[in-house]
Amino acid sequence: MIVAEQKPLNEIKSMLKGYNKVLAVGCGTCVAVCFAGGKQEVGLLSASLRMSTDLDGEAVNVDEAIVQRQCEKEYNAPLEAELEQYDAILSLGCGVGVQSLAQQFPGKRILPALNTKFMGYPAEHGVWEDRCQGCGNCVLHLTGGVCPVSRCPKSLFNGPCGGSQDGICEVNQEAECAWHVICENQLKLGLFDEMMEVQPAKDWSSARDGGHRRIVREDVRIPDEEKA
Amino acid sequence: MNMMNFPAFTMPENSDALPISERCDSNLARVLAAGEFAVTGELGPPKGHDPEEVRSKARLLLDCVDAANVTDNQAAVVRMSSIAAGQLMMDEGVEPIIQMTCRDRNRLAMQADLLGAYALGLRNLLCLSGDHQSCGNHPGAKNVHDIDSMQFLRMMKEMRDESRFQCGEEIPGGGPRFLIGGAANPFADPAEWRPYRLAKKAIAGADFVQTQLVYDMDRFREYMKRAVDMGVAEQLKIIAGVGPLKSAGMARVMRDRIPGMSVPDAIIDRMTAAVAGIDTENKPERSAAWRAEGIKICIEQVQEIREIEGVAGVHIMGIEWEEAVRPIADAAGLLPRPVIEA
Amino acid sequence: MSTDEKVLNADDETFVPEVVAFCCRHCAYSAADLAGGGRMSYSPSIKIVELPCTGRANSLEILHALEKGADGVAVAGCLPGTCHYIRGNTQAKHRVTHVKELLKTIGLEEERTRMINISAAMGAQFVAEFTDFVETVKALGPSPLSGETGNTRTGS
Repeated sequence: MIVAEQKPLNEIKSMLKGYNKVLAVGCGTCVAVCFAGGKQEVGLLSASLRMSTDLDGEAVNVDEAIVQRQCEKEYNAPLEAELEQYDAILSLGCGVGVQSLAQQFPGKRILPALNTKFMGYPAEHGVWEDRCQGCGNCVLHLTGGVCPVSRCPKSLFNGPCGGSQDGICEVNQEAECAWHVICENQLKLGLFDEMMEVQPAKDWSSARDGGHRRIVREDVRIPDEEKA
Repeated sequence: MNMMNFPAFTMPENSDALPISERCDSNLARVLAAGEFAVTGELGPPKGHDPEEVRSKARLLLDCVDAANVTDNQAAVVRMSSIAAGQLMMDEGVEPIIQMTCRDRNRLAMQADLLGAYALGLRNLLCLSGDHQSCGNHPGAKNVHDIDSMQFLRMMKEMRDESRFQCGEEIPGGGPRFLIGGAANPFADPAEWRPYRLAKKAIAGADFVQTQLVYDMDRFREYMKRAVDMGVAEQLKIIAGVGPLKSAGMARVMRDRIPGMSVPDAIIDRMTAAVAGIDTENKPERSAAWRAEGIKICIEQVQEIREIEGVAGVHIMGIEWEEAVRPIADAAGLLPRPVIEA
Repeated sequence: MSTDEKVLNADDETFVPEVVAFCCRHCAYSAADLAGGGRMSYSPSIKIVELPCTGRANSLEILHALEKGADGVAVAGCLPGTCHYIRGNTQAKHRVTHVKELLKTIGLEEERTRMINISAAMGAQFVAEFTDFVETVKALGPSPLSGETGNTRTGS
């Protein structure tokens, strides 16, 4: 899922400067599951903003709303009727959610309340780890099911660097060395020979480096004449 | 930490490879090709633009090394460009080994800068991943890592031996004929992997490697035995890193804080004993005693390393202490350096 | 007492803080009963909310109580290791800590919320713990959010 975390309250407050009436809009999908932008978090952030701006003597009215999937316009459509009464929308969606609101409601100020971090794995309750950067050219079959692009700070493709110690990454003492795990997995799978192959330079054109990415699937596309 | 069981491995034959002296016409290549025990040094460019800082450091290394590394934003701290500093060094008569990291440049910038370096007359290259920017002075920088150090070695080999850019296009007039080097850390984990990584660097295209500082001689011997048994040492010139310790504290920091370093307690005990009887307030005398012992230990290490099968030379790193290189090389019997005609 | 009276009396000895107590029925709620039965007296302005377990107390409810003008909010659960639902009281403690962090960023004193652990048999302890909390809140003065200020609080 997409993993995000809330921006510091003061940063959000400074974005809200000059607005009197704001609608905080959460999302019931990924960011709800990672406790960043679900119903509860919308409530906590909205209350915090109301209380804090009140204490500052510049009370901002913050109302609360939640949509099931902020990245899809059909779910956001019901918001439209209410929007007129708000000076700005504070989105607790991921970056995709914020942008869909901005695209759907042009002319309305849409502010991001979250920092979208990565496509991640809930390692334990309350702990999420980066697992995928969407490079567009998956190599997990070569790396024992462990992604070196997202999990190695140097995105190495040819084995652990000289900073791997006791299975821990030199860049982050909390993180395991991805290549240490890859070594273990490849050995277990009897695929060590693959590790001795020099993996060629990656073609990053499938990643964001190749320009704005778009996928078109004609088989599931709705023909223009059938569109409402 | 569980031991990992790696399958047996033997280096593939590489009988049609050119001899090193024909791959590159650098002094270091000639020394290695002649089978002489090579000596390399290291020069850290200044955090400024004063050419004299490079020149004076270069003069300390003159005639006591076959070539010296010029670091590339070492420890992710911005310094004078390694190529520019390499040129200044060459003007002083010391042959540079240009370091370049994958951290700061993509494949376009790497190839462009190295064509330029070759045009200036620089001939030796060390291909590195690079320390992570989080440990340097621009932790907010975006790192590149377009290619990794293994792919970098392969790219340089293809430029030289096939006259092709990384994209496959031909290089008009032929590719730059660098002596291609890499780094190796015998002491990092997984320990069992390290000789394999060395082999992989040779397969990727390295002509030589320089190792992390060797203080743990037992582990280094074991590593070298694996390298020799795999047939790696026949195809790759392995230059062992050594460096004089400046104090007992420095030795402890290396042992305890630096990932991928191994410093045996015996070395720390020797450094500690070196200042026995000197008043702790007498800092100059303690420092002098430590440095003398550091140099003494280093000389012994060079002598031990020379006896290890498969080692092609030593890389003496006087970290901000370039003055130490000459006495070490001299006392270890490595001077004068051989002069081999091109 | 109305909030206006409370503000008027802020510097007065007569300021009686309004405190919400989220009490677990297995311990603190029974302890309050015991204290009452034993004719022990404690601050009359404590509004007790009975919960099946403090694990039910959620950060949002604690924050809402403070937003609506409570001078203090306590969560009172079982003694460590004695939760009927194993770890409800530990979770409550984490949530109180979380709300304290939120209060710091909001600009309200974190001492306005507190986790209390108590058993059903500790009537006197209930009185002592809450008297202490009320005294702490009293020393802080009325919550700046308890007066009539500009915020119409539409959101909740």
